[in-house]
Amino acid sequence: MLFTSYPFIAFIAILLFAYYLVPRRVQAPLLLLASCAFYAFSGWENLFFIAFTVLTVWAGGVLLEKNLIRQKERLAAGELSPEEKKAIREGEKKKRKRLLAAVLLLNLAVLATVKYLGFFLESVNGVFGTAFGTPSDWIVPMGISFYTFQSIGYLVDVYRGTVPAQRNLWKLALFVSFFPQLVQGPISRYGDLSKTLFDPHPFRFGVLRRGLLRVLWGYFKKMVIADRLAVAVIAMTGGKDRGGFALALLFLYTIQLYADFTGGIDITIGLAEALGVTVAENFRRPYCAVSLKDYWRRWHISMCSWFRDYLFYPVSTSRLMRSLTKGAKKAFGDKAGRKVPLYLSSLIVWGTTGLWHGANWNFVMWGLANWAVLMISQECEGLYAAFHKRFPKTEGFGWRVFAVGRTFLLVAAMNLFDCYTTLGGTFGAFFSIFDPAAWAGFEPAGLLSLGLSGADFILTGICVVLMFGISLMGAKGDVRDRLARKPFALRLVLVVLLLFVVLIFGAYGRGYDAGQFIYNRF
Amino acid sequence: MKRTKTILRIVCALLLFAGAFLLIQRLLTPKYVDGIVEGAFVAEYYREKKDHDVIFIGDCEVYENFSPAVLWRDYGINSYIRGSAEQYIFQSYYLLEDTFRYEKPDVVVFNVQSLQFGEAQSEAYNRMTLEGMRWSPAKVESILASMTEGEHFIEYLFPLLRYHDRWSSLEKTDFQYLFQTRTVTHNGYYMRVDVKPVESLPAVKPRGDYSFSDRAWSYLDKIVSLCQKEGVELLLIKAPSVYPHWYDQWDEQVKTYAEKKGVRYINMLEHTEEIGLDYTADTYDAGLHMNLSGAEKCAAWLGRILAEDYHLADRRGEEALAAEWDEKRAAYEAEIQEQKEKYGMA
Amino acid sequence: MEELLEILNGLHDDVDYENEEHLIDNGILDSLDIVTLIAEISDRFGVTITARDIAPENFNSASAMAALIRRLEEEG
Repeated sequence: MLFTSYPFIAFIAILLFAYYLVPRRVQAPLLLLASCAFYAFSGWENLFFIAFTVLTVWAGGVLLEKNLIRQKERLAAGELSPEEKKAIREGEKKKRKRLLAAVLLLNLAVLATVKYLGFFLESVNGVFGTAFGTPSDWIVPMGISFYTFQSIGYLVDVYRGTVPAQRNLWKLALFVSFFPQLVQGPISRYGDLSKTLFDPHPFRFGVLRRGLLRVLWGYFKKMVIADRLAVAVIAMTGGKDRGGFALALLFLYTIQLYADFTGGIDITIGLAEALGVTVAENFRRPYCAVSLKDYWRRWHISMCSWFRDYLFYPVSTSRLMRSLTKGAKKAFGDKAGRKVPLYLSSLIVWGTTGLWHGANWNFVMWGLANWAVLMISQECEGLYAAFHKRFPKTEGFGWRVFAVGRTFLLVAAMNLFDCYTTLGGTFGAFFSIFDPAAWAGFEPAGLLSLGLSGADFILTGICVVLMFGISLMGAKGDVRDRLARKPFALRLVLVVLLLFVVLIFGAYGRGYDAGQFIYNRF
Repeated sequence: MKRTKTILRIVCALLLFAGAFLLIQRLLTPKYVDGIVEGAFVAEYYREKKDHDVIFIGDCEVYENFSPAVLWRDYGINSYIRGSAEQYIFQSYYLLEDTFRYEKPDVVVFNVQSLQFGEAQSEAYNRMTLEGMRWSPAKVESILASMTEGEHFIEYLFPLLRYHDRWSSLEKTDFQYLFQTRTVTHNGYYMRVDVKPVESLPAVKPRGDYSFSDRAWSYLDKIVSLCQKEGVELLLIKAPSVYPHWYDQWDEQVKTYAEKKGVRYINMLEHTEEIGLDYTADTYDAGLHMNLSGAEKCAAWLGRILAEDYHLADRRGEEALAAEWDEKRAAYEAEIQEQKEKYGMA
Repeated sequence: MEELLEILNGLHDDVDYENEEHLIDNGILDSLDIVTLIAEISDRFGVTITARDIAPENFNSASAMAALIRRLEEEG
């Protein structure tokens, strides 16, 4: 069920209605039921995959906690010497580690099989000239990356003792399958989501209105801007992607991606809000970032922090990394050796992040490009600091604008990876931007041959300005809170206006072409 | 107190939204008053006083081939054509159901050409037939029977969802006919006065299978039994046209069917000479459809059968009805003049 | 403590480490800094900091880090 489909709208309308009608203790079970229904809509066999994750992670969490309790009891029983205590602690810890590893491996194995087996076999075939059949007709269960990662985060948190285990199977199932975030995240933390997810939520009109307003704003971004630009982007990646078109693609796709992704997340968070559930923010004005590092603190925050907490830190502090560091220090000296954990772990993280986005080499390269830029700018940080110290005037508003523009261009260029499935496609388009021959004969009017009319471009332009304008207003406090203080009539007109903008200018349905309606039997 | 205020505000918001929605929907929905007028036909029926002796049901071969004005002029028969572009047989059936909600004519004339389609072929034609219908169970069932892949019922319920894209192609007529409309047919007849003679016939393509689909037959069954139930005479016709080709094998099947059901079937293609049709003068698109001259000839010929064999009374003596028809005839003649000027035939 | 401040100043020399109590929450130290920092601390103090120790409350201030190091030293 896509967010932008009639069944989904009907689904949430019915759910919201039922949610506030049923007794409050039934609300959470109703949400779980709705999540299952939502999931089954995309193929009932998908329910088996998510049920497997729920069951293993629930059992894992409960057992981990039991072990912790047993450890405490054993430590408290009788007089023990520090050595004995240490032995108990380490013995139990080893058991927990094994348990954690087993559950994680099981779930990652499922994820790897459905999502990456085809890619892996293809790569093996490519390198060794073998001919393994690739299961290309497998359908990846909806949202499996998101819910698997979210569940892993929970289990690791239980292991680390930062959250208590959820003993109620149904509550854990709801945490894993909470439907607004199944399609595209965010990857919520158990500690965050569990604060409001299982509570009874009395009906408050203000809460519902506030949440739905954000949903509407999300639809605006997604349907009016992203889905309209998608027409041109598809036309360009389909073959019109050289010279001026490549440059246009770079900008239009970056805007489309922003509108589509943040719009979808607005729908998710707004919907959760309307249900009384707080989901953590996933974006903070990413295109205002002054550096790539800054960008990754603002874009898809839940994914980045997931990789940081559950991959980057564990890898960089692992025993293997420590011994590697030791060896490197001996070979290259202390200063260089000390950088090994940073470089190596972030390389692993970015390679994985690339793969997470999609099972092909194009995304791996995208990850590596991010890694390279981040590491280079890390090394240059001292240089920048010295530069600003030497020329203090360069730290004002002008510099900031320059830095934001530079970062935007960098991100836009790297987004090209996202437009293609092959490295050849990406690089071909990218380098043609610098090739005068590819620009030959290019006219801006050529953009009108991409399936969007002049009116479409003007409309999109206005809406993009509105989108980023509102986003910037958000820097000075929540826009909806400020709107709520305005007179009722003004608010009403604005909201109805926005609703009609979505209804009329949304790029949905089959489109109208008068030609279809001309009666002609031939 | 606060509760009342909130409820008042919600009501306010809903009213504002509903009002704006209806207005914008009206604006964005095609008006079909010029250019593509075929979408306007179905709705025009409801403006009529419903007291007809004969109702025609079917596709372009009824709304372009028979002139009710001639049926009135020559026989005093009050008739109406509920035709629409490529009207599929299931749509015909539901239009008939819809018609019977308002009146019981003596005779229903149905053109069998549409037996060739068991499923809807085009969303645009669906729209042009279905949108004009008033809401009733018949309309709902007709929509459900017609929807092609990717069509949604809700887009029939709220045409704004279907036509929102017209924001960039609105025309003057969209504003002009926002609150009013104008009648484009003459009792369902779509007039064309120009002539484009038949010059050469496209070769007849043999078909692999000449049988009509079960679904098409089942709706013909439904039409037959509905007419029986309502006590209305059903006359099946194949209206004259040289193209698309009406196969002998098709004709045989319909003949057999009609005999079995005891329903009269006339293949007008077999009576071309008797009707007096001249394909160099009586068609405006080289044989697909009749022009005014052809439609008047067909009406005159069929009118005799209706009057004699079905004993339809001559109603020209009914004062109110005659007055109505005087007006209609005047509009009819006026359009003939207008079109003759337009096509440089005056 | 002296030694720790020396390491911290090596990372960013424009931060008042003795008084700043929200190094993580305010985004002064990011994940790259943390990993560099841990490598240095492990080096100088001979303690093993694992991923579970990387929590904001352990790295928000110089004194919190010092406390963490002390605890790890005791646990051996």
